[in-house]
Amino acid sequence: MNEIRRETRHEIRLRVNGVTYELRVPARRLLSDALRHDLGLTGTHVGCEHGVCGSCTILADGEPVRACLLLAVAATAHEITTVEGLAGPDGEPNAVQRAFAECHGLQCGFCTPGFLTTVTAGLRRDPCPTRDAAREMIAGNLCRCTGYQNIVRAVERAAELESAQEPAR
Amino acid sequence: MTTKLMGQPVQRVEDRRFLHGEGRYVDDILAGPGAGPAVLHAAVLRSPHAHARILDIDVSGVLDVDGVHAVYTYDDLSGPMAEPLPVLIPHPALTHGRTQYALARDEVNHVGEAIAFVVAEDRYLAEDAVNRIVVDYEVLPAVVGLDAARAADRLVHDDVPGNVGARLEQTVGDAPAAIAAAPHRLALDLEIERSACMPLEGRGTVARWDHDSDRLVLWSSTQTSTGVRAAVAAKLGLDIGRVDVITPDVGGGFGVKIVHPWPEELLVPMAARALDRPVKFTEDRREHFVSSAHERGQTQHIEVGFDDDGRLLGLDVEFWHDHGAYTPYGLIVPIITSTQLLGPYKPGAYRVVFESLYTNTVIVTPYRGAGRPQGCFAMERTMDAIAAYLGRDRTEVRAVNFIRPDEFPYDHGLVFQDGRALEYDSGDYPASLDKLRKLIDWDGFAEFRRACAEQGRTVGIGLACYVEGTGVGPYEGAHVHVETTGKVKVATGLTTQGQSHQTAFAQIVADELGVRFDDVEVVTGDTRRMPYAVGTFASRAAVMSGSAIHKAARRTREKALRLAADALEASVDDLEIVDGIVGVRGTDRSIPLGTLSVLSNPLRYAFDEASKAATQFSVGDSEQPPVAEGDQPGLEGTDFYSPEHATFASGMHAAIVETDPDTAEIRILRYAVVHDCGNLINPMVVEGQIHGGVAQGIGGALYERMAYDDSGQLLNASFMDFLMPYVSEIPDAIDIDHLETPSPLNPLGIKGAGEAGVIPVSAVIAAAISDAEGFPITAMPISPSDLHTLREEHRP
Repeated sequence: MNEIRRETRHEIRLRVNGVTYELRVPARRLLSDALRHDLGLTGTHVGCEHGVCGSCTILADGEPVRACLLLAVAATAHEITTVEGLAGPDGEPNAVQRAFAECHGLQCGFCTPGFLTTVTAGLRRDPCPTRDAAREMIAGNLCRCTGYQNIVRAVERAAELESAQEPAR
Repeated sequence: MTTKLMGQPVQRVEDRRFLHGEGRYVDDILAGPGAGPAVLHAAVLRSPHAHARILDIDVSGVLDVDGVHAVYTYDDLSGPMAEPLPVLIPHPALTHGRTQYALARDEVNHVGEAIAFVVAEDRYLAEDAVNRIVVDYEVLPAVVGLDAARAADRLVHDDVPGNVGARLEQTVGDAPAAIAAAPHRLALDLEIERSACMPLEGRGTVARWDHDSDRLVLWSSTQTSTGVRAAVAAKLGLDIGRVDVITPDVGGGFGVKIVHPWPEELLVPMAARALDRPVKFTEDRREHFVSSAHERGQTQHIEVGFDDDGRLLGLDVEFWHDHGAYTPYGLIVPIITSTQLLGPYKPGAYRVVFESLYTNTVIVTPYRGAGRPQGCFAMERTMDAIAAYLGRDRTEVRAVNFIRPDEFPYDHGLVFQDGRALEYDSGDYPASLDKLRKLIDWDGFAEFRRACAEQGRTVGIGLACYVEGTGVGPYEGAHVHVETTGKVKVATGLTTQGQSHQTAFAQIVADELGVRFDDVEVVTGDTRRMPYAVGTFASRAAVMSGSAIHKAARRTREKALRLAADALEASVDDLEIVDGIVGVRGTDRSIPLGTLSVLSNPLRYAFDEASKAATQFSVGDSEQPPVAEGDQPGLEGTDFYSPEHATFASGMHAAIVETDPDTAEIRILRYAVVHDCGNLINPMVVEGQIHGGVAQGIGGALYERMAYDDSGQLLNASFMDFLMPYVSEIPDAIDIDHLETPSPLNPLGIKGAGEAGVIPVSAVIAAAISDAEGFPITAMPISPSDLHTLREEHRP
């Protein structure tokens, strides 16, 4: 009477950091779990599982999205970028990654991937944020270590580094 | 000459892996397609009731779930695993210590207590299986909150009368008599609510039984690898030498990851051994709320006698501490409150007594600051009350009570949490207060207030002072090893959870050994590399491991110089080490440390260029054995640091707040910190610690509370409902000034800095709101609706 059948698995293709992966996952598999446990891309962290802390933020077609609120089967139509995909092809950190190191914008590092993806997308939208805009940009992500002072500085520094890189922008 | 790194804001070496998604946290271990033998995942059935008798557990529906490998209840435990978990820090005053079982036996005492443990192929299936377990409960009345615990109409544990787990009193002089004889007297009742550490990474444990080497390998997100190791060995009946515990990157601790052993830390390796498969447990966020630990809940009654200048003549403190359902961590938190509330002041005669009480809520263990925020709130609200009573400036009343710089070391005549004398090593509180007054512009505030009032704005200013016992013993150790390449490998046993240990410790080694910073690699929290250690808590890592590493590096340096003196035929006194090369001062004769590492190990083959290079140097006396009596092969040094007692860091904070006349919203306009943790290793890191501490303190002052209902259900067990500060709740600038009064207790003159930021914040914010509103604030946290209610009470 207690017999339970193995749940149906779906064949899906995920595009992550420019690589196509083929997976068989149940419909309820969260994107965050698929990235971490099926693909081994453990840079995406899970802090709350209900979309509040922002640690699992990834980019879907360049827009920041909570990977814990998206099912893997629903992510197939999108180009996903995780923290592992932020650096250049030669492993060179992007401006946001460099700014976080320069400004001591991280301590335990657990929330950091979510901040990096969020700020990377934020600076694309607003390359020269004011102080208030820099604070607003990260206002959906929780950090329990840094008190945010240095993260705000890192956003401003990243904008500087990016504008120095691409003066035409 | 190599630049001295101690005191420099050196950028962190740990950042690269974190910034590229290459951090290794526990849940990342054995994850992904290339992880080897498939890992099984565990889920825990937790009590839905705060207090209930378990009449029956029916697991018959569970093993039929496809993909489930095992289910354990109390009846499946044997040997030491079937006994209650340990009281880790027993204390004579803890007359009624109680702990849970790894899986509940007969009774549960809080919502979230572990009842059954399921292991399945993935966490989804394990949770499915947990949901099929049927438990028959007899629900009992719950004891929630300190009022209910003190009333003792109902008991948490039938055999603990009055719900009192412990009662402890300390006295210096006759405080009641001194108060009775004092020219002025005041009494205050002050409360702080429960909060919690809430690291963004919850708890996690992975275990693998390695048949090939007959060893248990366990990864845990802990603050004490060695503690977990000893506990697992004891509970599973293993020789400790067969258990390796590795603490990889930890996503924040703040105290909650100190308790060992959590039930899951024992159940995971037990299952891994029984099932012959690696097993992983990763806590989810709701589990963290209801089954890890909280802190802070205390009510405090203070009576004080003082003279016309506000000088304390007698202080009598009575408080009640809510320690939750069990007491695995003993009385550390209330003992800290009872001793550390004295802060930088001389209390006159002092009496303190506390009762530590059982409630049907989650257990209490130290949360960053550990009892000090409550104590600081008690003392600083008292100082403000005295100033208000006498009509004096609040800074003056504090200054008159300060321990003076020439009075160190200052012995309070009390016993501190480590069982040692509460003796302050060094400090300069008047200098600290001077700096704070300037930093916040204390004297210019009256003018600022007038200008604000003209615009219809209400502002207030507050300050608070604290002293923090840091760097408690008993010891830490370190091992420093110079490889034949000249690279230096350093191991210390305590763990790291964001405090930049790899960087700060490498700075210490580079300075002492004379090597390049980039050539030093530090490993923490791996019992295979350093099996003797205590852990990372109580702001002790820099003081304890920093000092041990300094000593081990010095030993290594001494050995290198001895070997170099032989090889270069020079006197040790003429040698110096610069960038990893030992040279004879004033000559071009030199030898790299890597080559000395080869020379130090006479069983040599020419493995590589370094070995070949070493053959040009003579190797000791051919009349003597290759390894001399009393010597050891290898260019390395091990040493330990064990202080007589804690070091005492100190600081003072001030804030200006604005309260909205209509909405009662509380906004922090400015926040200033003066901080003294002795000599700074890395000011960038220390400031980062302060920023984070202040943010957690602001959370505790304005937002964080554990909303238990009368039946013991935690109503806000999610990040949606338990409010922690985002950037939007933190002032744009936290101004920091440092004072450095070196500690005479350790070779580096340092004191701990990890918890300082959080300690005085509730006291500061309460003082500033009180100043703005014109009535006392006696309970924290304070929400806009709390403030609105207080306004109604105080303004007819």
